[in-house]
Amino acid sequence: MPSPFPDHNKRKPSFMKIAISISGNRLEAPFDPRFGRAAAFCIVDSETNLWTCHENPALSASGGAGVQASQFIGKLGAQVVISGAYGPNAFDTLSPAGIEMYLAPSGETLTAAEVLALFKAGKLSKADTATHAGHHGAAH
Amino acid sequence: MRIVVASGKGGTGKTTVATSLALSAQEASSVRFMDCDVEAPNAALFLIPALDIRKEVGIQLPVVDEALCTHCGKCAEVCEFHAIAVIAKKTLIFPELCHGCGSCTLICPEKAISERLDVMGVLEGGKTATGINFTQGVMNVGEPMAVPIIRELKKWDPDPVFDIEIRDAPPGASCPVVETMRGADFILLVTEPTPFGLHDLKQVVGITRELGIPAGVVVNRDGIGDNSVETYCDEADLPILLRIPMERHFAEAIASGKTLVDAAPEYLQIFRALLESITARVAK
Repeated sequence: MPSPFPDHNKRKPSFMKIAISISGNRLEAPFDPRFGRAAAFCIVDSETNLWTCHENPALSASGGAGVQASQFIGKLGAQVVISGAYGPNAFDTLSPAGIEMYLAPSGETLTAAEVLALFKAGKLSKADTATHAGHHGAAH
Repeated sequence: MRIVVASGKGGTGKTTVATSLALSAQEASSVRFMDCDVEAPNAALFLIPALDIRKEVGIQLPVVDEALCTHCGKCAEVCEFHAIAVIAKKTLIFPELCHGCGSCTLICPEKAISERLDVMGVLEGGKTATGINFTQGVMNVGEPMAVPIIRELKKWDPDPVFDIEIRDAPPGASCPVVETMRGADFILLVTEPTPFGLHDLKQVVGITRELGIPAGVVVNRDGIGDNSVETYCDEADLPILLRIPMERHFAEAIASGKTLVDAAPEYLQIFRALLESITARVAK
């Protein structure tokens, strides 16, 4: 069977941990298109589909949510993250850490499981730059 | 005595009141004037100081020596503002999020963090023709944070001898306003009798109460709008110390760069009485 991850197999172990931003506490929970302010992250093992859910500590941060959320999923061991948008600080934290950022459609109501299926089918595109300007400064 | 002139809503007449209060106070006392609206200082347009001293200010940004850093992550944990990230054996700094508190430098067990000044703006100072000690902060365009500049401005002491300090606050009710008010003896709240004026007045009154600083109100453009400001001040036990009527010739004078006391010299006496009333309230 051809691998769904042609880009990754050369330099990554055959399984990987994927972080999906969600609002809920299980794989069937709705996908949350926000990254830094996502309610939670679902970490899925691509091989076994075993998952764990973790509340996002950056949800209530007064600033720097993207940086904090990035470190959080880094600590959880994610090598890939799927969300709806990445701000400049999130991008600049995830990028040097080698965590690959994928974009899932934010307009539709998808579950994390459906987003995972799209990813495995190679239907999600990679974010090569920040997808929007930062929020910082707006409240000061 | 330190008096802050604040408003919440912009354009209610903070600078009009602050500059005329300074000019009226100056006949009997030595006055220092501080324009804390560092994003758009404009009191100098009215008081016309000779700004002959300058100082660059900003915050101390961390610099990580990668040779010493063990990526233990303590700096990222201690940072209240998530301005440092330690991820995948890299320590990343986000200058725009940093507030320059220095916690990371202090906590680093390897002494791998040093600091450099990140210039965010300048302080300027000088005397006006009538002898007011004038200082202002000017934030560089594009900087996200005004508080560090206001903090440095308050500490800056080109001429430390004064009887009365008048701080012209920025508009709004966020951190720069809080920083301007901190350490003051009295807050003069300039408002206008409109729903918007009232809405923002309530917010700044909340700050003065949180800080425990006595406050009083100046109603500018009195006669327009409605009487909801008056009703609120009654209920909130907030004294209305002065009313400045809506007068076209005041507006014209101010638009041409004159102060209120220039345009209407009878206000010299009125502002002196206001100052006496403030002095009495502070002494209580």
